[in-house]
Amino acid sequence: MKRYSALELIRQGLGGHRGWDRVWRKPEPKPSYDAVIIGGGGHGLATAYYLAKLHGMTNIAVVEKGWIGGGNSGRNTTIIRSNYLFDESAAIYNHALDLWKGLGQELNFNIMMSHRGVLNLAHDEGEMRQLKRRVEANRLNGVDSEWLDAKEVKNFCPSINISGHIRYPVLGGTLQRSGGVNRHDGVVWGYARAADALGVDILQQTEVTGILTEAGEVTGIETTRGTIRTPKVASVTAGHTSVMANMLDIRLPVESHPLQALVSEPIKPILNCVVMSNAVHVYCSQSDKGELVIGAGIDAQLSYTQRGNLDIIEHQMASLMELFPIFSRLRMMRQWGGIVDVCPDASPIISKTPVKGFYVNGGWGTGGWKATPGSGHVFADLIAKDEPNRIAAPFAIDRFTTGALVAEHGAAAVAH
Amino acid sequence: MFVIDCPNCGSRDQSEFTYAGEAHIARPTESENMTDAEWAEFVFMRTNTKGLFAERWWHATGCRKFFNMLRNTATDEIHAVYRIGEKPPKVTANLPLTPAGESSIGSGNDAVKIMTRDEENAS
Ligand SMILES: Cc1cc2nc3c(=O)[nH]c(=O)nc-3n(C[C@H](O)[C@H](O)[C@H](O)COP(=O)(O)OP(=O)(O)OC[C@H]3O[C@@H](n4cnc5c(N)ncnc54)[C@H](O)[C@@H]3O)c2cc1C
Ligand SMILES: [Zn+2]
Repeated sequence: MKRYSALELIRQGLGGHRGWDRVWRKPEPKPSYDAVIIGGGGHGLATAYYLAKLHGMTNIAVVEKGWIGGGNSGRNTTIIRSNYLFDESAAIYNHALDLWKGLGQELNFNIMMSHRGVLNLAHDEGEMRQLKRRVEANRLNGVDSEWLDAKEVKNFCPSINISGHIRYPVLGGTLQRSGGVNRHDGVVWGYARAADALGVDILQQTEVTGILTEAGEVTGIETTRGTIRTPKVASVTAGHTSVMANMLDIRLPVESHPLQALVSEPIKPILNCVVMSNAVHVYCSQSDKGELVIGAGIDAQLSYTQRGNLDIIEHQMASLMELFPIFSRLRMMRQWGGIVDVCPDASPIISKTPVKGFYVNGGWGTGGWKATPGSGHVFADLIAKDEPNRIAAPFAIDRFTTGALVAEHGAAAVAH
Repeated sequence: MFVIDCPNCGSRDQSEFTYAGEAHIARPTESENMTDAEWAEFVFMRTNTKGLFAERWWHATGCRKFFNMLRNTATDEIHAVYRIGEKPPKVTANLPLTPAGESSIGSGNDAVKIMTRDEENAS
């Protein structure tokens, strides 16, 4: 892999930028691999990278039905934070946050990681109590988290409206200073480039249409480009997690819903952090290009269309107007939807299954982007060793039978 | 936005309705004898179908009654509306050619090449 650097940029510039290598190869599928990862989103590519880098499994492939990063990875609003309530969630999201901090350097790719801080607002006393409790729980888990009153919120984020005359005034909020945003494509491409350099085959426009088994063990996959033999298949397909599991008659507690987002026309810097509000239900940040990036909750119905309804957008806009009247004359430029796989306890599934050699990583719902490096890291460990590590173990499928749910709805109502 | 044909009230905007999830999940009768795994199946496990899907809706701001609907979750086309207790009618739908594929209309996924049935037959 040719390293990217300022010097290299100048050198290539002088040569008219004709000397750059392809960022990853375009290989033909091999007849067999030691493991196959289904889904070329951030989580799937991170899994492949850590399998190759940390577990020496380089004869592996990532199989993607469209182009890499064309799913939720390319459609999400990239809010990163780890201020979840429960120990199990704090462990995995903080693990991810630690990895994010050095990821650009490690991958030698500019992922535009910006730790600009994430504000979670409170609009009534009940919410205030709940958020303050979360701050204390976060601190016990070593997650950076602090409580700000309304004035301090305004000091941190001057463009916000804290007037008492709106329907749900801002009473305060929590701040995670290490939270922030990054560039979704940068992360996907960075992982793809690094995994490819370690020998991982990335097979795009290749859809998995069946999973082969013999005597309860995985032996391969059927794809739109032929059969591939492999003893280990790992599904990291987000919205299609149930579709994959259904191929092996494995039942999952997941439902797939559209989640929409939209961006405004680009404007000068006005919003210096990420602002989230559960009560009025909207969140917003500003991209480096200057666009406001806005989102909120899922469409209620189950759907795979990657499209949602306009009333959801309308509601988000109304909420945004209340928090930021200054945005009222902005035009919205683009709007889109992804399909998120929602678990009943709003926590992911990282698990072995009753079929030996079939692993599932999914159920991240509306908030899995922030976990990308951590998710890939612990999932690679599970695939390589066939045993979950301490961080992954609480997210096994059997929690829905034992009742040991990781019920993060409090932390995840709007939650990204 | 869906326009939903309530069996009692007729055509109304989706915003009048509340989604109530997968249909035809019967409450177990001998619950005192059920294992944890059977409870997990009833309470949590869902088919999450890509394709023709029977679901319940509740006309929350209309007649306030539940009813069933048959919808293609790969295209969002509504195929039938029928009453609670009735079986889903037989319909033909524009289904994806593969389990995780996209139908020839209705998909917002521009990352994959969508094959129509004619193209599939020709290739
Ligand atoms: C609008 C929106 C906003 C969001 N905002 C945030 C946020 O601010 N913060 C946050 O933390 N999270 C957010 N999320 C959630 C986040 O995007 C996801 O949890 C995360 O990106 C999932 O990553 P992934 O790599 O598993 O999924 P994906 O990127 O969706 O990758 C799955 C891949 O599997 C492929 N695939 C499916 N079926 C097959 C098959 N049969 N064969 C081969 N390939 C297949 C798909 O094409 C897809 O590329 C948001 C999601 C959406 C939709
Ligand atoms: Zn009605």
